[in-house]
Amino acid sequence: MENSIAWIFIFPLFGSAFVALSRYVNIKLAYPISVLSMAGAFWAGVETLQQAVASPNHEISYLLGGWTLDLYPRGVGIEFRADILASLIALIVLGVGLLVTIYSKIHVEKETRNKEAIYYSLMLLQITGLAGICLTGDAFNLYVLIEVAALTGYGLIAMGSNRAAAASYNYLILGTIGASLYLLGVGYLYIKTGTLNMVGIREVIETHGLAGSQTMQVAFVLIGVGILIKMAFFPFHAWLPHAYCNAPTTTSCLLAPLVTKVMIYVMIRMILSVFGVEFSFESTIWVSWMPWLVVIAIVCAAFLALSQREIKRMLAYLIVAEVGYMVGGVWIYNYYGLIGSIFHIISDACMTLCLFLGAGIILHKCKTTHFDGIRGLFSKMPLTVTGFFVGGFSIIGLPPTCGFFSKWYLITGGMVSGRWEYLVVLMFSTMVMVILFFRLIERIHLAVDESGKNLGHGHGDLGLSNEQTRFDEAPLVMLIPLLVAASTVLLIGVYNQEVVNQIETFLQAYDMPTGVVYK
Amino acid sequence: MSSPMTVEDVRPLIALITPWFGLLGIILAGEKRANLREIVTFVAASVQAAVVLSMLPLVLGGNIIEFQIWQIFTHVPMLLRVDGPGLLFAMVASILWIATTLYSIGYMRGLHEHAQTRFYSFFALSLSATMGVAFSANMLTIYFFYEMLSLSTFPLVTHMQDKEARTGGRTYLGYLLFTSLCLLLPALSWCYIWLDGGQMAMDFLADTGKIGEFNQNTQIVLLFLFTCGFAKAGLMPFHSWLPGAMVAPTPVSALLHAVAVVKVGVFCVYRVYADIFGTDVLTEISGEEWAMILASATILISSLIALSQDNLKRRLAFSTIGQLGYIILGAAIATDRGQGGAVLHIAMHACGKITLFFCAGAIFVATGKKYVSQLRGLGRQMPVTMGAFMIGSLSVIGLPPLGGFVSKWYLALGALDRDAMWVVAVLLVSSLLNVFYLLPVAVTAFFRSENSGEDHEEIKEAPWPCVVPLAFTALGCFALFFWSDALLNLSGVTP
Repeated sequence: MENSIAWIFIFPLFGSAFVALSRYVNIKLAYPISVLSMAGAFWAGVETLQQAVASPNHEISYLLGGWTLDLYPRGVGIEFRADILASLIALIVLGVGLLVTIYSKIHVEKETRNKEAIYYSLMLLQITGLAGICLTGDAFNLYVLIEVAALTGYGLIAMGSNRAAAASYNYLILGTIGASLYLLGVGYLYIKTGTLNMVGIREVIETHGLAGSQTMQVAFVLIGVGILIKMAFFPFHAWLPHAYCNAPTTTSCLLAPLVTKVMIYVMIRMILSVFGVEFSFESTIWVSWMPWLVVIAIVCAAFLALSQREIKRMLAYLIVAEVGYMVGGVWIYNYYGLIGSIFHIISDACMTLCLFLGAGIILHKCKTTHFDGIRGLFSKMPLTVTGFFVGGFSIIGLPPTCGFFSKWYLITGGMVSGRWEYLVVLMFSTMVMVILFFRLIERIHLAVDESGKNLGHGHGDLGLSNEQTRFDEAPLVMLIPLLVAASTVLLIGVYNQEVVNQIETFLQAYDMPTGVVYK
Repeated sequence: MSSPMTVEDVRPLIALITPWFGLLGIILAGEKRANLREIVTFVAASVQAAVVLSMLPLVLGGNIIEFQIWQIFTHVPMLLRVDGPGLLFAMVASILWIATTLYSIGYMRGLHEHAQTRFYSFFALSLSATMGVAFSANMLTIYFFYEMLSLSTFPLVTHMQDKEARTGGRTYLGYLLFTSLCLLLPALSWCYIWLDGGQMAMDFLADTGKIGEFNQNTQIVLLFLFTCGFAKAGLMPFHSWLPGAMVAPTPVSALLHAVAVVKVGVFCVYRVYADIFGTDVLTEISGEEWAMILASATILISSLIALSQDNLKRRLAFSTIGQLGYIILGAAIATDRGQGGAVLHIAMHACGKITLFFCAGAIFVATGKKYVSQLRGLGRQMPVTMGAFMIGSLSVIGLPPLGGFVSKWYLALGALDRDAMWVVAVLLVSSLLNVFYLLPVAVTAFFRSENSGEDHEEIKEAPWPCVVPLAFTALGCFALFFWSDALLNLSGVTP
């Protein structure tokens, strides 16, 4: 199909408009319209990825409004570029979006009384924004789409519990600061290069040798810090746990796997496509201290996660740690590390989705996600718990889940570039993840409370009533997305080479070092 | 020796997935149809053993069986390969699984244990992972199954679901996952990326000695990481998980923590020493001496600790740690006969030690006693059990005409081949220690008069499903001595 990139946006954008209007017709229409438009967008995403892989230079481009690229520096207009990386991440965004939309039916009815239409409408816009961030080829348009995603995100979060408004406000302040810094950086870029097109900017930087320019350095710092705030890189993470824990369940299921990951994609995109590998790694001093910041970030996030006694809060801090993984994978400045980072974006989106969907179901059935409320959960909901722990094992990095393979490349990258501090912190956080998830397994499986007191009468008696342990699985509309996500985690693991080969094809255009460069 | 012929055959995969079908049947049968569930387990175990045994003629004929499952990385397949040592290990594990299944029925029903479906399910999974390790053809494949085994045994270790189980389970996973994720994984990654331009499969057959391309310090670090990374081998100081895992029901301690799991550990170490480093590289970096010292220390220290244990299962656990030390010692001796003796000891020790655990469990079922000091006079009430315990003890100590003698003999010969007299001394001293901590158990039971005031009159033998397997394995100890030729052939020793 021609113009499949455009269809990625048309489906959810118009879908969201129809959904918003549906409240005047029949509010029951909101859900099916959302699912259908997401299905359409997902299909367009698959189509785009296939076209990008098949095309000779591995990218396809779509110029909005039919302007021309022939000028130098490139003219002003919106270009959507789908190279392999962009379409891969966009496909993940759309896939996660589709699953969460299907999953959201019961939660949304329960948690956002009479506002379903607005909720679904915002959700579709959110996905549009996130997919747009992946596919846009224009630095200013990227800012617009970041704001589209962020503004809808504020709305989606604020619809939650009593404290959600405060959490959303908190997010809004930090998010706006981040986005403003980014915008300021783009301003500097425009002053210096006279174009906003990403490829255009890099062309000018390369032909005019702007690597040493102070303006470029400032732009790099502004954009870099702005993105770090948006991706909740420790210590800019404060907005994330509150926002995800107080938001409606489906909001956290949608935002948690995507927002931080998409911002890491933006960082990679800025480094590779806008500033260029040489400028980013050789002309700035970030390479020397970013891995150390990553070490601090992962250690702190790991300890924060350890201190939580509630599944969703624990997962939120886990995400902060995972962000550290991926940022580290980029800044150890190495081919394998970058593969690891990109692969980890994909696998982390899948496994976080698993975990949040699972946590959502647990919340739905048990009314709590506190550690004390999950004893004996396996006999009640075996499939949900299994799905949840497939995600958990993937976070730990046990084969054959996809988390193992992304961690494998990150470890390799750390070794090859000789950044031992990164390697050690990876090992450390792996062990923390083991503790986090096996502590949950203990809580579910054992008849022991936290202080070590035996409950029940021994012989596997959990001290629960028959009512509490009777088989009572989640409704199918929630269960199926979870199981699909869990099987995706396994499938990506099994077929990891298909993914990695595509990433390698993409990286051929950029000369990342495969050995030790920085010492 | 002529180079082996490679045969493509699906049988290793069948042996691997049979337990999965068993698992399906076990879950479907469930708690309500207990008899059917146990029949399914039995059938799965028998089929697996039959499939494994059916490969024996091919392998004895000097062939190697291969089967590729999928491509892990571009150059690294998940490859199954059946060679002598692997088949030997698989045979031991799968045949003893049949015996253990029968024993489990007696034990679990005798004690009215809960959650038996879960128990049998994860037992089947563990055996699948064990087959995987036995038939792995390269380091990554072995690593995958190794991790699978750690996870699938965790619910068995924490079967009692109480505080003690929590402590045991934490120690268990803490040691096993820490070593495999933090020591082993970087070592694998390191070899993968630096050897052969990132194409290193670390194939046991093809890539022996390639690790010698690294500089010496790296080789020594890698040797350390690989040796300690496989913590299932129980090498000190990474041994504490094994006594901790004794909180599990006795069938688990018997098959998994005397045969399958721990032997997977030493088998992996054996593969690393014999097939990844190879004797040449090992000698060059004198890594074998360090490993021998570490193994010897493990043997002696654990034997001394075993002396002081009153809890019978804990005493046997420390004995197991010591016996695992023998196998690592043999692998590290880096002579043909030493390494052959190590492989042989996998089988010999398995048969002896599983008998001892079976007996410990049978005593617990019949009397509820766990401590050595409580066993006075028990030999008269439970003659078969205690007789089997005696035989098992003698086999582990290494007296003819029992299996344990053969493997110790070859270990000693291997040590003499490289003039390591001190190793022979270690073997002798530790055998003496074995006598001190194992024989008193049977002696107490048979020759000490019973305490007054205890009602030993009512005690009878454990139910027959418990007694038959332990009698079978006790007789097996004799059989292994007389039919050790085939095993010798498999382990690659020329007598």
